[in-house]
Amino acid sequence: MSTPLLEIQGIHKRFGGLHALNDVGLSINAGEIYGLIGPNGAGKTTLFNVLTGLYQPDEGRFHFDGHDLFRKKPFVVVRSGIARTFQNIRLFANMTALENVMVGQHVRTRSGVIGAIFRHPRARAEEAAIKQRARELLEYVGIARRHDDLARNLSYGDQRRLEIARALATRPKLLALDEPAAGMNPSETEGLKKLMQKIRDDGVTILLIEHDVKLMMGLCDRIAVLDYGKKIAEGRPEQVKCDPRVIEAYLGVAPE
Amino acid sequence: MNIDFLQTPRGKLITFAVLGIVLAILPWVLTGGFENGKSWVRAVDFALLYIMLALGLNIVVGYAGLLDLGYIAFYAVGAYTYALLNSPHLQAMLPYWLHNPPFLLMLLIAAFAAGVFGLLLGTPVLKLRGDYLAIVTLGFGEIIRIFMNNLDRPVNLTNGPQGINNIERVHFLGLDFGRPVEWLGLTFDMVHLYYYLILAFCIVIIFVTLRLQHSRIGRAWVALREDEIAANAMGINIRNVKLLAFAMGASFGGVSGALFASFQGFVSPESFVLMESIMVLCMVVLGGMGHIPGVILGAIIVSITPEILRDVINPLQEGLFGKRVVDPENLRMLIFGLAMISIMLVRPEGLWPSKRRAREFHEHDEEARA
Repeated sequence: MSTPLLEIQGIHKRFGGLHALNDVGLSINAGEIYGLIGPNGAGKTTLFNVLTGLYQPDEGRFHFDGHDLFRKKPFVVVRSGIARTFQNIRLFANMTALENVMVGQHVRTRSGVIGAIFRHPRARAEEAAIKQRARELLEYVGIARRHDDLARNLSYGDQRRLEIARALATRPKLLALDEPAAGMNPSETEGLKKLMQKIRDDGVTILLIEHDVKLMMGLCDRIAVLDYGKKIAEGRPEQVKCDPRVIEAYLGVAPE
Repeated sequence: MNIDFLQTPRGKLITFAVLGIVLAILPWVLTGGFENGKSWVRAVDFALLYIMLALGLNIVVGYAGLLDLGYIAFYAVGAYTYALLNSPHLQAMLPYWLHNPPFLLMLLIAAFAAGVFGLLLGTPVLKLRGDYLAIVTLGFGEIIRIFMNNLDRPVNLTNGPQGINNIERVHFLGLDFGRPVEWLGLTFDMVHLYYYLILAFCIVIIFVTLRLQHSRIGRAWVALREDEIAANAMGINIRNVKLLAFAMGASFGGVSGALFASFQGFVSPESFVLMESIMVLCMVVLGGMGHIPGVILGAIIVSITPEILRDVINPLQEGLFGKRVVDPENLRMLIFGLAMISIMLVRPEGLWPSKRRAREFHEHDEEARA
């Protein structure tokens, strides 16, 4: 394997006295599904926010696909190819499903005020392409028939799917999913797993936070474990599962 | 009203034709039908100016969800820009080529100046939301007014509270809009000429907002209103999109202000008090935030109702009590306030909301009942 798609080293993030991320480093290779687990409050979501530009790390190195993204604004991060979903779904509740996905394409399109007012051929073509692609993406995640419904009126599982479609609309190379299976029943989770595999097979690398250990073990190529802002283990699922430090973090002191 | 019919091309054509005819003959019906018809046409002219203002504010408040309580400042900037370049007040000091610029260029200058002030307001409030934003914008509106009030010293820029007089009327297409014109046996007075002029620009602004609404930019504004963090994470450049909303909204205000200054022939800080900002916000909220026809309706109602009341209250009082008991100006505000409160209680989504917004409020009712 050549250089990894995403590489971070020595990332620190402090909130006042709280050292939320302490010297975290990881690298994700193109085409894998990379899992991130850890007890509550371990810093997983903080790491996510750092990786997507919502938080600015205090120190460290952050390289993605040949770009230096250390302390870059979210729109720069998204433009270079990282998209995300949120742990508590954050859709544009009063826009339709289709519009949500159309907003996702903002970063890959150009039309400005002039284009909007005069609707010259290029702007028209772009708008049509945006709509077309939004339809395709809704189809792709399997909620095409709900395209005209407000996001807030979709079922929970469909909202999760819509968030994924909206993230895919930014044409990411790395899709970061923050607990996508939270609150889903087993059959919904199974469907989501298939969707993630399909996305990976179509060439998008996936970074995944999830509590559902069974899902993670079956899905991820590699897993990193965070505890108290530190990475305590990394490796293939079966390795991580047996790592004494991981067992300690989850269950307390390892048996003698 | 049969909505389906309005959606067909033929229905649309007929609607627009009828609307066009009504708008074209409206001032003549008013001058022909009423004793004080000219003052009614004047009121309609002002209603049109308010429509422009309300549509501008609608971009900031309705689309981007940024509560702005100082919007009238941009109206003031547009009006003073026009006044300074088109009145004798400063002309001794300004270079010759800046005197009475051609009308369209003048409007561009006014829109640009107001847009710059929009950026001036927008930049420091980028991180503010809700109440905090409202307070700062309110302060901004007052700052502009107080500046206009006091910039007669050390250099007499705005002529202070006296305001600027003798503003030139619009000269456009070979017409002097300050003088009556005879055409087709009709006498077009200033109020008529301005009616058509303001109407034309009003239509332009409606067209521009409609186009913006269904565009990449319009969607970004709505996304920003819905969830700023998610919009940020979707790669929308929050800073630029916010500033664009402020600048676009402000420039509409600037155009409206320039037309106001030329129509009135006189500007003073009194026209740009906080109450005016609140009125424009009322138009937007009352009509239906984010919905263009609603906002237009709101602007018409809020600006015309006081005129109607003025004509009704005095005769009514005299008929009932034989004398004027209450000053109509005060009563007007009372009735108006009551009307606003009851509308907010009964129809919080506004009088003519977009289908979507109506749904939004309606669902809450259903949830409450369930």
